[in-house]
Amino acid sequence: MAINYNAKDEVDGGHGSNLVMGGHSGTGNAIGGGGPKSRRPDNTAFKQQRLPAWQPILTAGTVLPAFFVVGLIFIPIGIGVFVTSNNIREFEGHVFMYYGLSNFYQNHRRYVKSRDDSQLNGDITALRNPSKECEPYRRDEDIPIAPCGAIANSMFNDTLELFQMNGTTPIPIALHKKGIAWWTDKNVKFRNPPGENLTETFAGTAKPRNWPKPVYMLDKDEENNGFINEDFIVWMRTAALPTFRKLYRLIERKNGLHPTLPVGQYLLKITYNYPVHTFDGRKRMILSTISWMGGKNPFLGIAYITVGSICFLFGVVLLVIHHKYGNRNNSADIPN
Amino acid sequence: MERDGGAKRKETASGEEGAQGLEEPKRHQQQRRRRRRESKTRTVRSNLLPPPGGGEPEVAVKGTSHRWRRNQGSSQYLADNRLKTTKYTVLSFLPKNLFEQFHRLANVYFVLIALFNFVPVLNAFQPELALAPVLFILAVTAIKDLWEDYSRHRSDHEINHMDCLVYCRDEKKYVNRYWKEVRVGDFVQLRCNEIIPADILLLSSSDPDGLCHIETANLDGETNLKQRQVVREFLELDAEFNPMKFTSVIECEKPNNDLSRFRGYIIHENGKKAALYKENLLLRGCTIRNTEEITGIVIYAGHETKALLNNSGPRYKRSKLERQMNMDVLWCVLILVVMCLFSAIGHGLWVWQYGERKKPLFDVPESDGSYLSPVLAAVYLFLTMIIVLQVLIPISLYVSIEIVKICQVFFIHQDKELYDEETDSKLQCRALNITEDLGQIQYIFSDKTGTLTENKMVFRRCTVSGIEYSHDANARRIAMYQEADSEEDEAAPKGGTLSQRGSIGSHQSVKVVHRTQSTKSHRRTGSRAEAKRASILSKHTAFSSPMEKDITPDPKLFEKVNECARCLEIMRNEEKSLTHLTPELADIFDFFIALTICNTVVVTAPNQPRHKVRVRFELKSPVKTIEDFIRRFTPSRLTSGSNSGSSSSLSTGKSTHKTGSSFLSTLSTENTLLKLEARLTRSSPKMNNNGYGVQPAGGWTTENGLKEGELRYEAESPDEAALVYAARAYNCSLVGRLPDQVSVELPHLGRLTFELLHTLGFDSIRKRMSVVIRHPLTDEINVYTKGADSVMMDLLLPCSSDDSRGKHQKKIQSKTQNYLNLYAVDGLRTLCIAKKVLSKEEYACWLQSHLEAESSLENRDELLFQSAIRLETNLHLLGATGIEDRLQDGVPETIANLRQAGLQIWVLTGDKQETAVNIAYACKLLDHDEEIITLNAESQETCAALLEQCLYYVESKFSNSEVEKSLGKVNIGFTSLYPPSSSTATSPNLGLVIDGRTLAYALDRTLEDKFLSLARRCRSVLCCRSTPLQKSMVVKLVRNKLKAMTLAIGDGANDVSMIQVADVGVGISGQEGMQAVMASDFAVPRFRQLEKLLLVHGHWCYSRLANMVLYFFYKNAMFVALLFWFQFYCGFSGSSMIDQWYLIFFNLLFSSLPQLITGVLDKDVPAEILVTVPQLYKSGQNMEEYQPHMFWMNMIDAVYQSLVCFFIPYLTYHDSDVDLFSWGTIITTIALFTIILHLGIETKTWTWLHWTACGFSILLFFIVALVYNSSCSTCFPPSNPYWTMQRLMGDPMFYLTSIISSVAALLPRFFYRTLQGTVFPTQLQLGRQLARWTPKDLNLHKDTISQQHPTREQELQSSASKSSDTSGPYPQDHSSLASQPGHQPVSVTESQTGHRTAIVNAQPMAHDAMMDSLKGHSPVPQRTEGSVQEGPSGDSEGESSTREASPLSSVLDLPDFSLLNWFSSTPLFNGFGRAFRLSQSSLQTDMLGSTFLSVGSQLDQDLKGLKRETSDCFQEKVKGTAAVCRNSENLETTFL
Repeated sequence: MAINYNAKDEVDGGHGSNLVMGGHSGTGNAIGGGGPKSRRPDNTAFKQQRLPAWQPILTAGTVLPAFFVVGLIFIPIGIGVFVTSNNIREFEGHVFMYYGLSNFYQNHRRYVKSRDDSQLNGDITALRNPSKECEPYRRDEDIPIAPCGAIANSMFNDTLELFQMNGTTPIPIALHKKGIAWWTDKNVKFRNPPGENLTETFAGTAKPRNWPKPVYMLDKDEENNGFINEDFIVWMRTAALPTFRKLYRLIERKNGLHPTLPVGQYLLKITYNYPVHTFDGRKRMILSTISWMGGKNPFLGIAYITVGSICFLFGVVLLVIHHKYGNRNNSADIPN
Repeated sequence: MERDGGAKRKETASGEEGAQGLEEPKRHQQQRRRRRRESKTRTVRSNLLPPPGGGEPEVAVKGTSHRWRRNQGSSQYLADNRLKTTKYTVLSFLPKNLFEQFHRLANVYFVLIALFNFVPVLNAFQPELALAPVLFILAVTAIKDLWEDYSRHRSDHEINHMDCLVYCRDEKKYVNRYWKEVRVGDFVQLRCNEIIPADILLLSSSDPDGLCHIETANLDGETNLKQRQVVREFLELDAEFNPMKFTSVIECEKPNNDLSRFRGYIIHENGKKAALYKENLLLRGCTIRNTEEITGIVIYAGHETKALLNNSGPRYKRSKLERQMNMDVLWCVLILVVMCLFSAIGHGLWVWQYGERKKPLFDVPESDGSYLSPVLAAVYLFLTMIIVLQVLIPISLYVSIEIVKICQVFFIHQDKELYDEETDSKLQCRALNITEDLGQIQYIFSDKTGTLTENKMVFRRCTVSGIEYSHDANARRIAMYQEADSEEDEAAPKGGTLSQRGSIGSHQSVKVVHRTQSTKSHRRTGSRAEAKRASILSKHTAFSSPMEKDITPDPKLFEKVNECARCLEIMRNEEKSLTHLTPELADIFDFFIALTICNTVVVTAPNQPRHKVRVRFELKSPVKTIEDFIRRFTPSRLTSGSNSGSSSSLSTGKSTHKTGSSFLSTLSTENTLLKLEARLTRSSPKMNNNGYGVQPAGGWTTENGLKEGELRYEAESPDEAALVYAARAYNCSLVGRLPDQVSVELPHLGRLTFELLHTLGFDSIRKRMSVVIRHPLTDEINVYTKGADSVMMDLLLPCSSDDSRGKHQKKIQSKTQNYLNLYAVDGLRTLCIAKKVLSKEEYACWLQSHLEAESSLENRDELLFQSAIRLETNLHLLGATGIEDRLQDGVPETIANLRQAGLQIWVLTGDKQETAVNIAYACKLLDHDEEIITLNAESQETCAALLEQCLYYVESKFSNSEVEKSLGKVNIGFTSLYPPSSSTATSPNLGLVIDGRTLAYALDRTLEDKFLSLARRCRSVLCCRSTPLQKSMVVKLVRNKLKAMTLAIGDGANDVSMIQVADVGVGISGQEGMQAVMASDFAVPRFRQLEKLLLVHGHWCYSRLANMVLYFFYKNAMFVALLFWFQFYCGFSGSSMIDQWYLIFFNLLFSSLPQLITGVLDKDVPAEILVTVPQLYKSGQNMEEYQPHMFWMNMIDAVYQSLVCFFIPYLTYHDSDVDLFSWGTIITTIALFTIILHLGIETKTWTWLHWTACGFSILLFFIVALVYNSSCSTCFPPSNPYWTMQRLMGDPMFYLTSIISSVAALLPRFFYRTLQGTVFPTQLQLGRQLARWTPKDLNLHKDTISQQHPTREQELQSSASKSSDTSGPYPQDHSSLASQPGHQPVSVTESQTGHRTAIVNAQPMAHDAMMDSLKGHSPVPQRTEGSVQEGPSGDSEGESSTREASPLSSVLDLPDFSLLNWFSSTPLFNGFGRAFRLSQSSLQTDMLGSTFLSVGSQLDQDLKGLKRETSDCFQEKVKGTAAVCRNSENLETTFL
């Protein structure tokens, strides 16, 4: 190309010799900054690579403070977090009732995919014709399944009831079904298909195979039935890890100073529907209050304290090193 | 080449109409062959003719309309003149571009992976989404290609729409047409300064001699004018050329790319054929100069022109770093496969553990309800995992690297230090993808002339008839120029040139205006082009600088010239023969005649550049054929020569030629000539006899009223111009050159016109050129030959020692030889001038064979070569000249710096050994404290023995130095920065000098290993007299055997092969044309810019790219490992917690900008430090920034970091109700933070761009996440991350987790970096620390370093005596000491003229430590003197001498010897300096020298005496200092 571009030089005069390389890349033109008179490059800080710059030099002397600072920040945070986590006084304030499953791989690749969000959003066409992702839980003998997919099909359907034993008489504790799902899920992502009556709306669809009853019979409360049943919504939010818990009920704190669940005997009544022996699973019921940082988990606090301590330790090590080797670099660090 | 043969044979058969000599069968055979080869030639005929009969299909035809048609089924396709360099059309762009992109394996890989997503069983991602990154990358590349193609299209369009005049059949005149409309067979008229639109056969010229001058700068960069010749038959046309009457058919070669060749013949209507040569062809892209108007027929157009066929475009090379990177990419592939296999097996087991019947709820069956078998599931999962983990193979790495390199190239281009004011040129990167190779170079192979030197030849001195004329005034003048140059480097050009340049420029623009009036449409493109051309003309150095022009004559010689001219005048007036002149004066006369005419210099007058100076006497005899001429000489013997049309005597090389067609007929015109001359002499003013003070070309007025001084000489080589200018200084000026005559202005004699019979051009094999002329005064046929002394001395007339004349001649020869040696020692380029008088018979005899050679169509070049050799024998030596080729500015410093940077510099030159060695000294390639090993071998065996011996010697030397080295290793403080220098200080410094012949032996397969192991031990290697092929062989050898990175730098065509072979080829865009630049990867205007290019840009590019590549691997591995760890918690199902959008765009969007910015802008060490501490360059050579283990270190770090980034969130959210994608988002955020902070640790320089890029990346992630998470509540299955980010950002745990994870992940690396920077910092880190110093401190610091260091060394040598300091500055003394016979370790000697035998000459010049102390002191001479004064004062002689010598010795270390010459010529130092200089030169002769100059040879006695004297003198002085003596003893012990 080169000669040819030289010839071009002749013509347009300006672009100069970088056209010689122009055949290859656009930079030829991008670069040809020089005017027709001179090809002298511009003397700008950017083009001459002289932009004002900060050049940190990682030596013990310079970095030392950073380690101490990080240590000094992290250790208090860690202590704070740890204390907060440990201070969760169970059964005070709102008490959350979870069910826990272990060894349940809700994060299995095919399982995670096996849902139709449009259907769950109340889309009529999706209701009648669920997404292919739902296979093989898409149709039950040609009748579309609502809600389709493996996730819905495997919904946890044990019922847990909690009673406080007053002597020998169990007094049922009010368990709130609502308010356990994300607000956006309940109100935006999950919607029932339009229609007067849920039964009519879901007419022409089949229940998921494992379900004992169809989706419009999950609850009697219209606001918690069908796709917007909160138990269902919670289930549909697939867990990250094979051992997980899901919020099941809410026990609202009672007024005043009393603990929500005072010390005493309680009775947990489980309607056992959900098989876990196929995957060696375990079911659990967890009652917990939560703080600003969620449930009780001392790990983060410990982690902060550990990392903070390590930083501090490193700082000390560097201090020693700086003392030992630093002199040599002092000459370089300090002008003159 | 097959084709050539065919063409030639064809010409023999037909072009020479005498197939008479051929026997009948042979003829048939040839005809058959001809038929077979028919398609291998091109036939061109006028487009103005009506279409020929159906029989001839191969002709492009122009009908009566303007439409052009081409006969269908034509056997040859003739390209039109449309330039089309674009690759694509609108339609073909997509398929073609994609096709090209898929040539890249990486792209295919990624597309395949993306296509995997469409397989339902595997679908890991939404298939459309998976295609996105691949499409993005393809699109980016496509857009880049499109843009390039568009700019090509634009430039094509502009060129295609340039105008030229084409003859139109209808209008019967030349009309304006676009270039693209020009067709083969068109008649094109071109005027001065127009660019030639196609390859055109020259048919008519306004020049009365049928000449056309063209400038080929566009083609090969040579700015001197070349002559082209009208096809001979058309020269004789009386009337103006009429295209309508052109009926001939041209047959010529098929288009080819050989610029220097064109063969063909023209068949006239009458059946007569005439051969065509390259002198008849005007090449596209050249510019018409000095010729009013020409007309020609287009032979090749458009892409078939030689210029375009020569276009090979930029080269693609793969850099070393990229090769290394590709290895690691393969490792990545392996890791990927292992990970996938692991996952697959894991998944198989996982599926298997659930048994056959009872499937868990979460195991989703196939759509038909069946479950996959564990094995099948594993197989599918393997493929799924490849898709999921594909990021490990850095998809965007290649694109990123390309972007980064383009930006790096941009910055290199923009560096103003790589811009050369003088030529208004800056560095060109022609290869875009090997910028980082510049940072890893280990060997530099450099050409000498034009690369290290300026290639500006300045006449320095000469010797005529055995008498030397030293031209002292001239030397002073040159020194002055040098001073001025160095002082006002950037200042405006000298007054004289300025005005001259101005006048050219203005004239040109006047011309432009004139042109634009005549052809209006030209203004747009043409005027601009012409304006530029004018500026180039004025700037370029085809016209020599004042330094080269204004030569101060030597008074003695000047007087002699005048005397000689006076004698001649008298003689002519008295009609005496010239033989009355004394031999010396005759020699002087001939010498200057030879200087003036034995060349191919073209004369132009600056104020009329379009016309060459026309001082022609109309002497042409009406008869112009060669036969006529011959007949006049020998009517009886040579009557039936061939009447071939071939008349050009151009033999080889690029000499201009003369035509036999226009020989002067001396017989008929002698009277006229004399008359004219007489008139001329009268009209010229009387010359001042005693012309010392008079400016050489002072008040001469020529006939044209031109000031003679204004004549400009355009020479093909600067040597020639230098000689012509030198002659002009003695009033012998060349005033006109025509193909057949040369006019010379002589003092007293006026203008003499020599009839130029032949010019035997220069070629590199003969190494000489000759002209054959008829002397106007004696009417003798003279041959003047000028050439390299090595060949010329063998061609001299052997002179018998019997008669006095012969003795005298012999003495002259030996004297001249001595002076030649002296010149060479001074680093001058030497040329011998000789003469030969031919008798008419001899000439005729030779002429016959010569004409045969000329007219032969086969082996013409070979025959002409033989013919030239036949003529150039038995020469009479006239004298010799010494021409100085100045070193370029800053060459010694650059070489010293580059060498400090650990680069081995080899100089490969075609020059003779002495010259090369001395230039090597001048440019610090060789040092005076170095031992020089010289290899000159006569045969393979001796070469082998020599190498063996040297190796043994070097080996023993090295083992000695090992001990010293270990002793010398006391590193405190900053010395660790300079371990290389300390090691070089103690190890012996060796230099290797080898000549071309020995090199040929050494490069033999059996010896190359030995040669290499010897050469690599040497600090510098100098190969003299090497051919281009040898140059490339040496480079190849080093590259292949040592696996070293090589860089070749050169400026001429002879360096092209070397440049191409080397890993990095650098061309000097200097005066020798563009061939080297065309072949190069980088082109720099000056040699010294190599320093910045390598040390700064090379280092930066390397370290940036290395760091970026490593970072890329780390980044991808770290990200992918996160996914891999997750597999343990999702049943190895190939699930990913990270949303697929994040997954796919993480690399492309979120984490790409900071690394690009760092890759482009990061500066690990500032430029000033890199230049002042060149040792830092070694980091690149040793691949310190990217070593194989670093890849694995990074991988381990990536694993660690990913573990932290995975398990901290895991443990934090373990057994919680967190959902998959919220958790994944947390991990993504952590990963992003970690990755960017990691980059932060690795970034050395933070500019606002870095901050912005990092901030932008993080911000972009959050913005994208927020927008993405709120945009659609049902889209993006399966993650459907609606409101995830929003929720997370309201959760303090998110921040707490992110912070702790990032910090914990980076803690080890940060700690390690700190620790390493403190405890065992690398050179680069120390360099960076140096950067904190202010420049002043830095200098101070450097001084202390350089001063402390040698002192320490000296202490180590236990030369604790107070005088040890003084020993430093005397390497020269030691060398002269070393040259004492007793110490001379010459193993074998040689005789100068006779057979050369093996010689090893290794002389330890001085102890290394002395060199060191010298280095230490030379910047601070006061200190030296101080220490001298402290020295022993007992010996007054010794003290005074040292005191005087010390400044001199420091001067000696300065770059230019000429400075020393100047120094010594100043009155103050006169006596001493002279002795000193002599001793220096003697020392040099001795050093290398005893190799070339035999002990018993006829070596000049004077010189020997001088040498002894001076060395003795120094010896005495040296003895004055005790320390020196001790050191000399040291020396003895280290001798062989």
